[in-house]
Amino acid sequence: MTKGLSKINLTALTFGFAFLYLPIVLLVIYSFNASRLVTVWGGFSTKWYVELWNNQQLIDAALRSVQVGLVSATVATVLGTMAAIVLVRMGRFPGRTLFSGMIYAPLVMPDIITGLSMLLLFVAMDLSRGMFTLMLAHITFSMCYVAIVVQSRLLTFDRSLEEAALDLGCPPAKTFFVVTLPIILPAVISGWMLAFSLSIDDAVISQFATGPGASTLPIEIFSAVRRGVSPQMNAVCTILIAIVTTGVIIASIATKRAEVARMREERAAMAGR
Amino acid sequence: MALKPAQKALGPIRRSFAPWLDPSAVPLIRFENIVKRFGDFTAVDDVSLDIHQREFFSLLGPSGCGKTTLMRMLAGFEHPTSGRITLAGEDLAGVPPYRRPVNMMFQSYALFPHMTVEQNVAFGLKQDGLPKPEIAARVAEMLRLVKLEPFAKRKPHQLSGGQRQRVALARSIAKRPKVLLLDEPLGALDKKLREETQFELMDLQMELGLTFLIVTHDQEEAMTVSDRIGVMNHGKLVQVATPGEIYEQPNCRYVADFIGNINLIEGVVESAGGGEVRVTGEDTPGAFVCAAEAGPAPGSKVALAVRPEKMRVSLDAPPADANNVLQGEVWDLAYMGDWTVLLIKIDGSEKVLRVSRANMTRTEARPIAWDDRVHVWFAPDAAVLLTS
Repeated sequence: MTKGLSKINLTALTFGFAFLYLPIVLLVIYSFNASRLVTVWGGFSTKWYVELWNNQQLIDAALRSVQVGLVSATVATVLGTMAAIVLVRMGRFPGRTLFSGMIYAPLVMPDIITGLSMLLLFVAMDLSRGMFTLMLAHITFSMCYVAIVVQSRLLTFDRSLEEAALDLGCPPAKTFFVVTLPIILPAVISGWMLAFSLSIDDAVISQFATGPGASTLPIEIFSAVRRGVSPQMNAVCTILIAIVTTGVIIASIATKRAEVARMREERAAMAGR
Repeated sequence: MALKPAQKALGPIRRSFAPWLDPSAVPLIRFENIVKRFGDFTAVDDVSLDIHQREFFSLLGPSGCGKTTLMRMLAGFEHPTSGRITLAGEDLAGVPPYRRPVNMMFQSYALFPHMTVEQNVAFGLKQDGLPKPEIAARVAEMLRLVKLEPFAKRKPHQLSGGQRQRVALARSIAKRPKVLLLDEPLGALDKKLREETQFELMDLQMELGLTFLIVTHDQEEAMTVSDRIGVMNHGKLVQVATPGEIYEQPNCRYVADFIGNINLIEGVVESAGGGEVRVTGEDTPGAFVCAAEAGPAPGSKVALAVRPEKMRVSLDAPPADANNVLQGEVWDLAYMGDWTVLLIKIDGSEKVLRVSRANMTRTEARPIAWDDRVHVWFAPDAAVLLTS
């Protein structure tokens, strides 16, 4: 960008970013605080990270979070993709509008209601709460996000690609796996990542759905903070931030590179090389 | 249109091919009273059509006339509301698209973006479960045929429009289908490439001995490539004939007007007989005579259809024995190189006739120019008498 920033733009930018990132920056800085008091700077130290390394309870919770995230994101992706296909492909059937509306409902439903209703259901079904119910709950709320991401990709999908496969002798089920799925795969993957991050992040619904011995990282952090903010929590959060940031940067660089390469190739092809 | 210099005389091959004239010939494809409705809309309205083996058949019509629907029914993507389609004697009802011995080249090409050129071409062969070496050999042969060998490992987005079109073609003929369906195959190409490809298609069709069914709204394309053309309008098949017959013997105003340029002179039959029909002009003043074997009864409304190149125009008076003479004023003219097209407003009417003159000499002593008073006439056998 060659145009300089005017004063008003600069101010808006500063405030905007301060609003977004000041809390996170503070959290990161204080994770290296030598003092036990969260608000008093006592010099640089990495001791909270060392302590964290030895906190088996927290590490277990983190591993559990990852486990729940992997399983629920995968199942939610399968179910959500299926839902998206039905909604886009089945044409008009009675209740289609109702179904597509209901897909969006969980997005605006307050977590507390989703959580409570899950709890009531699990109690009514006499399911003992633990990892299994936790996963069920996560699948339920992340599935609709996957469905929406995949649905929007399918809406722009060129149906003649599937027709071409059928025309060349490929039965419908196989066509889905060798033509449709590979082409919509980027959307399916982003659906999966969305589901995974929603699962890792969730504290409210998990509170209701989980049982003793099955608390996830957000639940652990939440209850730890309630007992008093420990710099250890700052350290956990800093690590999470580092992981997320690295992931996002790698993903965006890869996407950008692929895009640039593709555009270059397309231009070369059009120029007849 | 520039004809490509032929490698050999094609007359003997092309001239002798006319199975539709042979009453004992068994057609390869039969559409029998096909009707297709989408809700209230009738896309295809009682179409019956026979297409013969090795024929290059075009379905021609404006968009929405039902030509694509008819083709998609043969491919199995749509099902007729009523009627029967048979291919080599076999009823196609209930046969899914992936079991029909027809292949289609899609308007959008529909190349699989995640596969290379090679994999795209091999796709259909793989579905047949052919052994790998045979697939490889066939793919190589196809790529050679469409001159894409150097691009085998490329993905579709790394190809130009013309190359993509050739991949689509190679993919659709790789399985050697009984019938190749082409949906507006050349629509996305520029004019020069389109003309080249038209001749490539014709060569290919002759070389492989396939039956081609092509859907197009481009009449020039249909005229160039086809053995026969079926003109469609509002779901109905209006005329089926060779390109020459379609152009010279249109059977109704719609076909006459849709194919090329034509002057339609509306009138009423005065008398008929002796190989002549006399017509009194309604929108054009004058008495006209048209050569016709059996004319409609006097009093019936007809149109005389005359192609612009079959009209004569001159600054001087026409020969004394000339028929169908009109006077007018040159409103506009366009010099096209080989032709000059004149728009002539006929005296005493609103009629503007289109007349084209071949520029047979490089210079003229007195070329026809704007505002000139001219004589226009046409021979009785230059006009086609249309009743519908």
